[in-house]
Amino acid sequence: MAENQNTVCFRTMHLDATVRYTLESYRSVGGYVQWERILREKPDPDQLIDELKTSALRGRGGAGFPTGLKWSFMPRTKPGQKYIVCNSDEGEPGTCKDRDIMRYNPHQLIEGMAIAGYCIGATVGYNYIRGEFYEPTARFDGALEEAYAAGLLGKNLLGSGVDFDLYTHLGAGAYICGEETALLESLEGKKGQPRFKPPFPAQAGLYGMPTTINNTETLASVPVILEKSGKWFLEQGKPNNGGPKLFSITGHVERPCNLEIPLGTPFKDVLEMAGGVSGGRALKAVIPGGSSVPVVPGDVMMRTDMDYDSIAKAGSMLGSGAVIIIAEGTCMVKVLANLAHFYAHESCGQCTPCREGTGWLARVLDRILAGNGRPQDLDLLDNVAGRIGGRTICALGDAAAMPVQSFLKHYRSEFEHLVEHGRSLVEAA
Amino acid sequence: MSFRNTPLAVIHDVDKATLLTPELRAEIDKHVAKYPPEWKQSAVMPALTLVQDHNGGWLSRELMDQVAAYLDMPETAVYEVATFYAMYDLEPVGRHKVCVCNSVSCRLGGAEELMHHIEKKYNVAPGGTTADGKLTFKEFECLGACRHAPAVMVDKVYHECVTPEAIDKIIDDLD
Repeated sequence: MAENQNTVCFRTMHLDATVRYTLESYRSVGGYVQWERILREKPDPDQLIDELKTSALRGRGGAGFPTGLKWSFMPRTKPGQKYIVCNSDEGEPGTCKDRDIMRYNPHQLIEGMAIAGYCIGATVGYNYIRGEFYEPTARFDGALEEAYAAGLLGKNLLGSGVDFDLYTHLGAGAYICGEETALLESLEGKKGQPRFKPPFPAQAGLYGMPTTINNTETLASVPVILEKSGKWFLEQGKPNNGGPKLFSITGHVERPCNLEIPLGTPFKDVLEMAGGVSGGRALKAVIPGGSSVPVVPGDVMMRTDMDYDSIAKAGSMLGSGAVIIIAEGTCMVKVLANLAHFYAHESCGQCTPCREGTGWLARVLDRILAGNGRPQDLDLLDNVAGRIGGRTICALGDAAAMPVQSFLKHYRSEFEHLVEHGRSLVEAA
Repeated sequence: MSFRNTPLAVIHDVDKATLLTPELRAEIDKHVAKYPPEWKQSAVMPALTLVQDHNGGWLSRELMDQVAAYLDMPETAVYEVATFYAMYDLEPVGRHKVCVCNSVSCRLGGAEELMHHIEKKYNVAPGGTTADGKLTFKEFECLGACRHAPAVMVDKVYHECVTPEAIDKIIDDLD
């Protein structure tokens, strides 16, 4: 393992797998030192937020919004209950990092949430975990018990007068609940349908009270930033792209894995760390940030670095850091049809362009795959996708549209061949 | 505002001690305690999950109505939740649920072959239950275990890098 790997969220990874998630293990790597220091010294929250701003930590769930700035939106001194909510509703296809944070280093998430609560004036936190994650939830709940027993959570902590209570809330299978306002609706016991903004959650969030929602990896990064300084974190990455980041490398690679490596690492190195394309095949395409972001041809990716700004220049987005590798010989129409069905299934049904459009996209792609495509279908796909994007309350509509437009742009000949000949250009089946 | 931030509290004319079972009520109460007192409805998802597990993996209308009464919610609000989320089943299911992830990373890793194998060998289509009532087979959207493709959730346990041979062994070991 290179020395610049596993320095933040995975800093317990080198410990014995049977105990690395315990309080004792976490303390052995410096855990809870920051939280205890805050409880002892009660620093000005603005100082802590400034440290985060210096670090250039950006939201790790997909949107990449600067975390320090987000926290500064909270009306900290306004009377009334405020909330910190962790978004552990990990469900973006290709993304499997938050699950491992909760399984292998749950205490760091707890410490990050407690510090966040202190910074934004929230005395209650909820960790919203997707319903399928029974095992990570059990781990996280076990860590919560340990933290309460050690006096790190609860009321008047270490005699400081600071309160912080933290609870888990388990979902029940809905991708849309990863959208922050849908998540709040779900926490309030409703269907997970996104809210129209404004008001933003910092004004009216959970139960109508000011709320900050951050991704699991974002919150788990906070204790290390305070320990080693914002400057240190920034220098691990690139300007405006601070820190290491977890990447989930999946699809056609020899060794699918999660890697915590500096932002700005060249893609070709990342591919090598995952053992290269499986079966010695050539690289065809990469979806660099989870299934919602535009696909990038392999040769372009081989010249691109893995950070927010570089991937934006390559025409896509870093998103959640889910890097999906697609080998030569893969039918891109099939891949796109799979993505289209995902979004059609997960559309919450609230906005007509998304509810109807995602179904259209899936059905037209099925028709093409079945050999019944019509010459005008490619323009139809493009047209339908263009009429979803930007016309919905939340980003799921854009997420459904972007793959369609990018697949058509880069792999149009495969779609045309299927329409014309009724069979795939690249595979026999 | 396009959303309401007040609970839909409705008091049902029923003795709560007659609803569900004492054990379930105690478990639900633990969840209710996590939320502000006027927001009992926040516990509807964990409550439905508990009740479903207790009822052999599915929710009847009568059970949903009892959850509504217990949490002071309108019945329709509970139906909305139960029909929205993929993990609630509103019809009887097999003794076990086999949920195969078919999202992109698992698909690239062999989920399609795995699904075809299950369909053929156990004679069950996605969404269906085997004739012997042992399995309900579901095609699932991303399970978040993409680096171990293909992933399968059997009841509450994840199985990773599952081959057709491996799924046969897993299914054989179920009662």
